Amino acid sequence: MKKKLSLMFVTLGALALLAGCEPLTVFNPKGPNAETLSNTIILSIITMAFILLVVYVLLAFMLTKYRASKASADYEPPHEEGSHLLEITWTVIPIIIVAFLAVVTVRTTSTVEAQPAGYDDKEPLVIYASSSNWKWHFSYPEEGVETVNYVNIPVDRPIEFKLYSFGPITSFWIPQLAGQKYAMSDMLTTIHLAADEVGSFMGRNSNFNGRGFAEMEFEAQSMTQKDFDEWVADVKAKEAPLTEEKFDELLKAEHVGRQSFSSTHLEFRPAPMEHGKNMDMGGMDHGDMSEEDMNNEHSGH
Amino acid sequence: MSMEELFHPMQEPMILAAAISIVVGAVVIVAGLTFFKKWGYFYKNWLSTVDHKKIGIMYIAVALLMLFRGGIDALLMRAQTAVPDNGLLDAQHYNEIFTTHGLLMILFMAMPFVIGLMNIVIPLQIGARDVAFPRLNAVSFWLFAAGAGLLNLSFIIGGSPDAGWTAYFPLASTEFSPTVGNNYYSLALQLSGIGTLMTGVNFITTIIKMRAPGMKLMKMPMFTWSILITNVIIVFAFPVLTVALALMMFDRQFGTKFFAMQDGGMDMLWANLFWVWGHPEVYIVILPAFGIFSEIIATFARKNLYGYKSMVMSMVVISLLSFLVWAHHFYTMGHGVMVNSVFSITTMAIAVPTGVKIFNWLLTMRNGKIQFTTPMLYALGFIPIFTIGGVTGVMLAMASADYQYHNTMFLVAHFHYVLIPGTVFGVLAGYHYWWPKMFGFRLNEKLGKTAFWFIAISFNVTFFPLFILGLDGYARRMYTYSESTGYGPLNMLSFVGALGLAVGFALIVYNIYYSWKHMPRNEKADVWDGRTLEWATHSPVPEYNFAVVPTVTRLDEFWFAKKEGRDITAGTIEKIHMPNNTGTPFWMSGFFFLAAFFAVFNLWIPAIISMLGVFGFMIHRSFEKDHGRYISVEEVMATEKSLRGDK
Repeated sequence: MKKKLSLMFVTLGALALLAGCEPLTVFNPKGPNAETLSNTIILSIITMAFILLVVYVLLAFMLTKYRASKASADYEPPHEEGSHLLEITWTVIPIIIVAFLAVVTVRTTSTVEAQPAGYDDKEPLVIYASSSNWKWHFSYPEEGVETVNYVNIPVDRPIEFKLYSFGPITSFWIPQLAGQKYAMSDMLTTIHLAADEVGSFMGRNSNFNGRGFAEMEFEAQSMTQKDFDEWVADVKAKEAPLTEEKFDELLKAEHVGRQSFSSTHLEFRPAPMEHGKNMDMGGMDHGDMSEEDMNNEHSGH
Repeated sequence: MSMEELFHPMQEPMILAAAISIVVGAVVIVAGLTFFKKWGYFYKNWLSTVDHKKIGIMYIAVALLMLFRGGIDALLMRAQTAVPDNGLLDAQHYNEIFTTHGLLMILFMAMPFVIGLMNIVIPLQIGARDVAFPRLNAVSFWLFAAGAGLLNLSFIIGGSPDAGWTAYFPLASTEFSPTVGNNYYSLALQLSGIGTLMTGVNFITTIIKMRAPGMKLMKMPMFTWSILITNVIIVFAFPVLTVALALMMFDRQFGTKFFAMQDGGMDMLWANLFWVWGHPEVYIVILPAFGIFSEIIATFARKNLYGYKSMVMSMVVISLLSFLVWAHHFYTMGHGVMVNSVFSITTMAIAVPTGVKIFNWLLTMRNGKIQFTTPMLYALGFIPIFTIGGVTGVMLAMASADYQYHNTMFLVAHFHYVLIPGTVFGVLAGYHYWWPKMFGFRLNEKLGKTAFWFIAISFNVTFFPLFILGLDGYARRMYTYSESTGYGPLNMLSFVGALGLAVGFALIVYNIYYSWKHMPRNEKADVWDGRTLEWATHSPVPEYNFAVVPTVTRLDEFWFAKKEGRDITAGTIEKIHMPNNTGTPFWMSGFFFLAAFFAVFNLWIPAIISMLGVFGFMIHRSFEKDHGRYISVEEVMATEKSLRGDK
């Protein structure tokens, strides 16, 4: 039993190593917040490996030493009520471990829920990311541009994504830059992140929202401030502004490719209130989108 | 609704094949019963029974059936994702299959298996002749069966629910989920949920009021303790589900806006209500498994359970904490550092009492004399595998890190690492352990052990790769992925593991057939040299359980009596009062089923007529005079003689 078990875990460990030739996405962070999370996870894995080791050694010991085949036929196991000392030990040690992890959790949660450390002096770039059906809309209110299914950000500048949804709950996730957060229809949530280097990262909705969920990906590209400014100027010069009719059409579409506009939908369709500030507002106002529109939008399902 | 829409699932060949197999199976059963003229026997002995042992066996039979339904869903999912860009299933069917997989496995496999074992064992273990409310027990079972039937029917008529077993709003609203699938969800769960709530009331009463003389609370076997605590959780948690499902039904079918996106509805209200029930639900299916493992480890280590008092305390603490952790299912909702920190700490705190239990089990074996029987193998396999589930649970409890695990395969791997070695190994261990008590013969050990090794090894091959995939950014519930993601090889490995699991479960069922054919009958009452009262009576157990109710003076009374050469079942036989059989629960639940079925399709007139049938049975019951019956002393003696004489 023990041999087979240990063989099983050795095999699985080897597999884990094989898969780890190229660092796993979560352990390959490209920004301060994702890095905090990666470190937290590695720390917790080491702590947990220690606990596993203790349990496995104890189990292996019991199973080898006290099997019936090793005992004499007339051996009668003793009656044992338990031991206060032992029971206190294995209550107190886990409490200490949990307390340690609790401190780590509170600290790291506060860290990733705020502007990344080291960027305090810089004004954050605010981007509204909203989901509809199986696509993402990115609005840059400051720059006055909007994109669909791709988002460009400058490196070395803190970014604030303001998330909401035009339908079911989605979860906005760029694993190499930050952890995920829900986008909901009736409140606004915020993700803080920053990219340390230029690169292209996979972003997706990770919260199941129906038929087109698997394909609901987008590209997040980090670029130098200069390239970013050029790109904004380019979009402003070459792309048409986003009209209300065009936006309604977009909302109804199921999947679309990349698109760019030289104005944002926030002007005629403002985002909902921040989380916690909308409780007495009666939820999100869908602007002038009547219920009939909403039904039409999804009648194609 | 057009016929085409009604039968839309049938357009998929695989679903059509499955539907045909369900229909053919039903026809074979009906034809078989008719041909062998067994309808009378079947109705008299099973459909109208109020005997806790038979009800328990029916619960387990349905659970095994649902295990295979849910298992086929699982195989299809793993087959679909085994290679990138696979076209075996389309997105809609994949969505329906993972939704029904979750619902079936949790609510129609794990729950009835646990409830089945508690039905069979608890009255025996506390020295009672039946549960406190035998007829209510039958109502519980038939309502559960009606719910299970309704959910399975969705597969054939109208389409299955497709918004995940969590059915988050607004995705599960009529706007985004326009088929009747989620009407089936709210009504099928409602029916079986009401049954479960009655079970909770019934077993709390049974354990509190009907224990053998002398069995104080702290002298109860650990399985009885775990069931008492489980049922307390049921009674507190299930009303929340009842309310949530009613609101869901109102939203979907009567146009209310509790969870709507506009007019003041709150989509996250559903998520909160669901998990206020859903997290305690996890403990409802895991605590009984802890109880089963405690019995089995003590029996086969041939030692009393180590740290009995701390085992009881830790279960009480777990049950309290289980109601204080629900928000960890949506740390990513954005409710701030403070809320997330509080829920992180309460969640991690559960690791402490759980760890206490693990160490107590380990220390029970110290100085023991361990026998590696099939039930013991499941108990021993549980410890190393479940501990992985436990420690990854602590990792997920850390709110910050959860932002990277949430909605990924890491989470999927974690909860399978908890539920399979915990609940599934637990109920399988209990099933092998108590089988001789139910039927009077053992399951074949060789086949049982082979099945165990298939399941234990394949389980790790199936689910360990999912931890790695999750950390590589693989979101759950995706029906396919592109080759460039590199998720292909590990998914293929996982599929191979799933095939191994299928072989293991097929062996378990084959073992029923094999053992029924070949294993020796008239097994002695105390096959495993057990410690608790259920081993003091005959196998299979006579209708009245104990001819003479034993008196208890300490924990493991039966064990010490054996050592001292006492017969705790000795005494004067008196006439025994037993409840009458009744078909009412079966027929009443039948009307409940019809009402719910019509309600699924908004056919309110037939639904109301069916409900009148339900109320008719209730009114009939309130005027019925049924004081039960007595089994005479002569009859008891004759039964005892024949059961003893066979040995």
